[in-house]
Amino acid sequence: MAQKNNPTLTFHAPDLSSRQEIPVAGGEVKAGFPSPADDFLDSPLDLNRELVHNPAATFFVRVSGDSMAGDGIDDGDLLIVDRSVTPYDGCIAVCYVDGEFTVKRVRLEKGCAWLMPSNPRYRPIRVDAGNEFLIWGIVRHVIKTFK
Amino acid sequence: MYGLCDCNNFYASCERVFRPDLVGRPVVVLSNNDGCIIARSNEAKALGIGMGQPFYQVRPLIERGQVTVFSANFALYGDLSRRVMATLRSLVPGIEVYSIDEAFFDLRGMTEPLDELGRTIGRTIRRNVGIPVSIGIAPTKTLAKIASKLAKQYPRLNGCCYMHRPEDIAKVLGRFPLQEVWGIGRRYGRMFDRMGLRTAQQFVDLPQEWVRARMGVAGLRTWSELQGVECISFEQLPPRKQQITISRTFPREITTREELERIVAEFASMCAEKLRGEGSVCSEVQSYLLTNRHREDQPQRYETSLQLLSEPTDSTLEIVRQARIALRQVFLPGYGYKKAGVILSQITPASERQGSLFSPVDIQKQSRLMQVLDTVNKTHGKGTLVVAAQGTEPFRMNREHLSPRYTTDWKELLVVKPR
Repeated sequence: MAQKNNPTLTFHAPDLSSRQEIPVAGGEVKAGFPSPADDFLDSPLDLNRELVHNPAATFFVRVSGDSMAGDGIDDGDLLIVDRSVTPYDGCIAVCYVDGEFTVKRVRLEKGCAWLMPSNPRYRPIRVDAGNEFLIWGIVRHVIKTFK
Repeated sequence: MYGLCDCNNFYASCERVFRPDLVGRPVVVLSNNDGCIIARSNEAKALGIGMGQPFYQVRPLIERGQVTVFSANFALYGDLSRRVMATLRSLVPGIEVYSIDEAFFDLRGMTEPLDELGRTIGRTIRRNVGIPVSIGIAPTKTLAKIASKLAKQYPRLNGCCYMHRPEDIAKVLGRFPLQEVWGIGRRYGRMFDRMGLRTAQQFVDLPQEWVRARMGVAGLRTWSELQGVECISFEQLPPRKQQITISRTFPREITTREELERIVAEFASMCAEKLRGEGSVCSEVQSYLLTNRHREDQPQRYETSLQLLSEPTDSTLEIVRQARIALRQVFLPGYGYKKAGVILSQITPASERQGSLFSPVDIQKQSRLMQVLDTVNKTHGKGTLVVAAQGTEPFRMNREHLSPRYTTDWKELLVVKPR
């Protein structure tokens, strides 16, 4: 198994108190004619609403490492993890295995589960009743920042 | 019907959310400055570690029992508490947050089976936030408290105790320790102990007039609530705080006035920030000093001084000034001080503030200044902008076993190594 460039996760909570809103239509008119768009104004788009479905169950997790590069999860990315989602076969999840946290695609089989990396440099991990194993939360979104 | 949702060993459970390796192992959490035990996992309780015991007393037990120790991480506990409460709120018609780890909820109009609903609440909070809770459901808040304790005590209840049939309630009260009933407290507990009353049922069997005469209306309320008569109302909005206090025990004794003044100024600033956060103003500021109680060989002092303000304020500048005046009145050289605190009282809503006609301060101007202060400290981190009286070196607590603030600070990262 590749040991270099070990993926590392870090946890944060979303703060929904500040809203970055992007108005979709309309503008203020100080004087003169009212905007013809006024009657058609929609509420602004809110990324928190779009990406954080259940705020109380949502945690931010930082990725470090490249074991999930094939799924578009790269070093430095921010994962939006929802603990309220029921794990399903093929979900990408933050898992706890034998004392360590990791992010992997989870394949559920009879009596065991496979944690699948998406980088050929890493090997799948088989977990069964003999392992200390926990699906901590389901990854719903990945946020990338281009510098 | 009312419910009570009580988080199990809350602080210890918070630490375990990010440390699944500690599930099933003894965990304790220490008070500010790592002084005393303020939370224990069940495994730590089983080792005989007592609530409130000084850390140094239980150190041998902790080393022998391989107990994992944490300094209090209130940033983390506060955040997880909000999540627990929000999850509960989404499942029931109304909740009343009672403390950081307890909330009552209203089940009026909800259909049976309520015990199933209770278990769903427990499972959902456990899964979504990671905190185990005990749920009690009963006709009154006092009985719901008892039910939640039973839910915690008996694993076969699966985390929820629904107590509604009179014969079931009677059976429970016949065995439930009177001292543990909500509202009985230590003082009445001792009184009943002397009288030989041990169970909640024995208290219920007392004549109403006796209870009224000896314990007043509050006691009578508890007495009635135990009999299923609803007396303690459900308050969805938290009451405005009566007092705002910041106090700390120092890691070492402090002897100089200058150092104490800086610390008191910092506590006063923190109080003022809290006060504004609630949209309140205060008209009393109090400072107090305490010597080391554990050093019987040294002279002891506890002194407090109260400053009355000419008009209510929420300004850090004014509150710090008054706290320092109060401190100068209580400080005497020649003592080693171990604890100091600032208390704001006479708290009223800022919207009802009565300005004085001849006020020396421009309230509008001051409030704009405070807005700037709060905004800067919110966006750039606590303590970015402070009054000069605080000095540049913030008061540091002993927190040797502090876990990261996993959910409230981008920089405090939980570093995890996948395989």
